[in-house]
Amino acid sequence: MEEGFSLAIATHISMCDQCRAELESMDAMGGAIFENLEPNEIDIDSFKKTLELIDQGVEQKTVNLNNKELPEPLADYVGCDLADIDWRPIGMGVKQKILVNSEKVSARLLYIPAGTAVPEHSHKGRELTLVLKGAFKDEIDHFGPGDVEFADGHTHHTPVASDDEDCICLAVTDAPLKFNKIIHKIAQPFLKI
Amino acid sequence: MKRTNSIMLIETKIRTDDHSIIPRACVRHSSNSESSHIVSLATTKKNLWADLIWKVETQKDVSAFEELFTHFAPRVKAFLMKSGADPQMAEECSQEVMATVWRKAHLFDPSRASASTWIFTIARNKKIDAIRKQNRPEPEQLFPEDDYEPDQEANIELQQETERLATALGELPEKQRVLVEKAYLGELSHSEIAEITGLPLGTIKSRIRLALEKLRHAMM
Repeated sequence: MEEGFSLAIATHISMCDQCRAELESMDAMGGAIFENLEPNEIDIDSFKKTLELIDQGVEQKTVNLNNKELPEPLADYVGCDLADIDWRPIGMGVKQKILVNSEKVSARLLYIPAGTAVPEHSHKGRELTLVLKGAFKDEIDHFGPGDVEFADGHTHHTPVASDDEDCICLAVTDAPLKFNKIIHKIAQPFLKI
Repeated sequence: MKRTNSIMLIETKIRTDDHSIIPRACVRHSSNSESSHIVSLATTKKNLWADLIWKVETQKDVSAFEELFTHFAPRVKAFLMKSGADPQMAEECSQEVMATVWRKAHLFDPSRASASTWIFTIARNKKIDAIRKQNRPEPEQLFPEDDYEPDQEANIELQQETERLATALGELPEKQRVLVEKAYLGELSHSEIAEITGLPLGTIKSRIRLALEKLRHAMM
């Protein structure tokens, strides 16, 4: 799975007990199969070498954030608290922070002020949107913290942040978003959307 | 919240390529069943792995670690070789996995996973890291409460459950067992399994479904 989608799923599991339970049950099955494996002979000095590895030690990477607003996998990518993010405005008060930008898949945080609409767009490819803070609704549904919206090439929608709170989401796309108004089309290459 | 791993275990779903989901098996506890009695004898014969990991964490106990190593390192190596690593790479990688077990002993939560499951996930992540060079974010680790004290009974139960599942898996017909293993260990989709084994997709799906049915009965 591409890094961007992997990030969204790890973040969602961090926020969703049900999916975590499902993952744990699959891991338990893996654990049982693992326990059943015919053991393989290991080198005679294997244990000694492992102790040496332990002695060498490895620096653990940790991100120290003041307040834990972001789930850990995401915090590793953002590298700072929500308040300190260097957002880039992309119009209509909407701001973004690009986290992963590979050829195939990009992942970004979107900041949508309360009551504001993200310009209407459709998708050439898949788009996964995970709400981190606040909520948004589109023509079809309502999404709160931890909820995931999955849109494909057939979805045309205008997500609107709920009126009472600014909305922050993680958006992962595997093809550039297609904005339906000419001005956004012109702006698109510059915004990296 | 008290979590019941036994329920989650049986709720395992396999997603198939057409996004249909194999029906969720129903849940039963099996504390009185004969098979659970047999397994509990097996568990008491050897040390509880969770205890050994706890000793590694709190006392940096090398002999506890050696006991873990003797049991798990050969399985980690077997798993890595099954996944296509050559003996040399599998050996080095399993040493790294076991070193991670030592370093991350404080992250092991015996109320959420058995020792086998935990070590398996470390080995699997190490394998994925080795194969793919890209980052692979992992879900946030839940930390045990600060005043956490091991709940022996629950931990024994969880370890027994993994053993019971392992026994049940071992008793599956060869053809079904191989497919379940490929689906879970190789992390292959059903259509990839079809490609590798040359079996029709329908056959694979029905064998895995049958196998999960059998496991469900064995766990009741």
